[in-house]
Amino acid sequence: MDIHEYQAKKLLADFGVIIPRGGIAYSPENAENKAREIGGSKWVVKAQIHSGARGKAGGIILCNSPLEVAQATDKLLGKKLVTNQTGPQGKIVNRIYVEEATDIKKEFYLGLVFDRSSESIMVVASTEGGMSVEEISKEKPESIIRSKIEVAVGMQKFQAREIAFGLGVAPELINRTADTIIGCYRAFSELDATMVEINPLAVSDQGQILALDCKMSFDNNALFRRNQISELRDKTQENPSEVYASDRGLNYVSLDGNIGNIINGAGLAMASMDMIKLAGGEPANFLDVGGGATPEKIVKAFKLISMDEKVKVILVNIFAGINRCDWVAEGIVQALDKIEINNPLVIRLAGTNVDKGNKILRESKIKYIEANSLEDAANKAVKILK
Amino acid sequence: MAVIIDKNTKIIIQGFTGKMGTFHADEMIKYGSNVVGGVTPGKGGTKHLNLPVFNTVKEAVDSTNATASILFVPPAFAADSAMEAADAGIRTCVAIVDGIPSHDMIKIKRYMRRYSKSEKMSLVGPNCAGIISPGKSMLGIMPGHIYKEGRVGIISRSGTLGYEAAQQLKDLNIGISTSVGIGGDPINGSSFKDIIGKFEEDNETDAILMIGEIGGPQEVAAGEFAKQNMKKPVIAYIAGLTAPKGKVMGHAGAIVSAYGESAVEKVEILKEFGVTISKNPSVMGETVKNVLSKK
Repeated sequence: MDIHEYQAKKLLADFGVIIPRGGIAYSPENAENKAREIGGSKWVVKAQIHSGARGKAGGIILCNSPLEVAQATDKLLGKKLVTNQTGPQGKIVNRIYVEEATDIKKEFYLGLVFDRSSESIMVVASTEGGMSVEEISKEKPESIIRSKIEVAVGMQKFQAREIAFGLGVAPELINRTADTIIGCYRAFSELDATMVEINPLAVSDQGQILALDCKMSFDNNALFRRNQISELRDKTQENPSEVYASDRGLNYVSLDGNIGNIINGAGLAMASMDMIKLAGGEPANFLDVGGGATPEKIVKAFKLISMDEKVKVILVNIFAGINRCDWVAEGIVQALDKIEINNPLVIRLAGTNVDKGNKILRESKIKYIEANSLEDAANKAVKILK
Repeated sequence: MAVIIDKNTKIIIQGFTGKMGTFHADEMIKYGSNVVGGVTPGKGGTKHLNLPVFNTVKEAVDSTNATASILFVPPAFAADSAMEAADAGIRTCVAIVDGIPSHDMIKIKRYMRRYSKSEKMSLVGPNCAGIISPGKSMLGIMPGHIYKEGRVGIISRSGTLGYEAAQQLKDLNIGISTSVGIGGDPINGSSFKDIIGKFEEDNETDAILMIGEIGGPQEVAAGEFAKQNMKKPVIAYIAGLTAPKGKVMGHAGAIVSAYGESAVEKVEILKEFGVTISKNPSVMGETVKNVLSKK
């Protein structure tokens, strides 16, 4: 789960990370008042969307008066921002963060992620702040410092100091920088995060270490014990079909093609998408109804696919194990009794009781094309479109 | 002989008396697995499915000499149960459960480092279908009847794609020595590399089919291991050629975040290590057949 910049800043501030003064606003008047409250003579107005690279997309505006803050807010609120991370549909701006502007002497990159090879937490830092970590690893790989942290004992001060010295931080700021890094580590491990990023981590003209932009992502599997984090979810930043799916226990990712998929198991779903592509088609989605593929889940899956206007053909591929094909077939019949589907349908059943399952489908009122293998199903679905 | 489990392996069920535990214990017993009892804290001393129930894994191991366990406990309690199994001397623990937090998985793996190599438990999963040695024993939730007894080893991250492979092989009259589901999570108990070496040493396995997917470094690590240490042929299929970057595809572990983690890159790297690639998921069986006929 992703959260907004202002939310990440607030969380990290609780762990000792220093952030510029700022406040959230939902209207131009609101923003103008915030700017006056914060004080100073320069402010930054920042669109709050779940994406990086907002600056290049016009989502961050430097202002020289509270009036300009109001105007910038007016310009951004309700707008769809398209960045290189949002896809062409963009993301809507519903909240604005007003922050005092900082004069920057130096910018660093600081990130924490899981390292899947060593199964530990890895801190990544670079002197090239302000660039994305992908750009840094392409253009300035020699600037990257990596440090693996032993999770059983947690991050030690010397490890944080090594990173700070590695970045060339001035001696009087070493302790402050190390505390910032350790604060991020503690937030990562105590809040079940999967990513913490401060970019840039800046040294201001006044000699302060400040987190100017922050990002955090969290482990969905751990949200059951992190109410404080679950409450930060902003569904307006997620794809509506994906929200609909996740609220109903389905794993769904929206894609650009026109062949809708209903499949049980994530691996089989990816494999079916591959087959569609090899047959010359394009999948409209990834959809895993779960290994069990219960009739209730199948009904929900058909509902979800029927909401997608891109879809021209639907492909159902179920490999039944314990759940049996006859039971799955009954689920499909029930689903199509409740939901009207106008698109052609290709169904492939396999596994336990496949003959019984196919018999139920053939004897029902459903109009569909039967397929007997993964390849056959993909070919038939693609053929319909040609 | 097969790997990890055979018909003599004594199995206990953790979370025995729950709905899931009861259903799958029954399926395993029907298949012929040597289930000797189960654990549900607070229900010790009672009987379930005509087998003894214990309060702790230690008691269960002491009185049954079980060496394998399978977890049917909710994700929030799974780490605790896995560590309890490790401490009680269980040698193989299969975690079926989907949804264990990554931080908990790291904790389990750190905890297991307390034991010397000869005393250390192998954890398989989580978020997996389990292990089956066809005709001998099933320590999992797969449909047993689609697995024909034979001499090909399967290791798969995905459950249903593993079933697909077993069915394709059966249709070609090829059997399986053991099939191991290692699960779809970002951090798992056993990796491809951990399992593939066991198949190399097994005199009842002739070839290994590895079914991977996007995300993480472990297919490549196994390929490198195979090139350096193995004589038996390895065949691989990698799912997710069409998956977009940066999106989680159902399995928490299926996300492309670095070089070498996309399906296309993994296929290229594995080819260099001498692994035969099944170019699409519907020819996994045929590709294995071709490799076996060349031997």
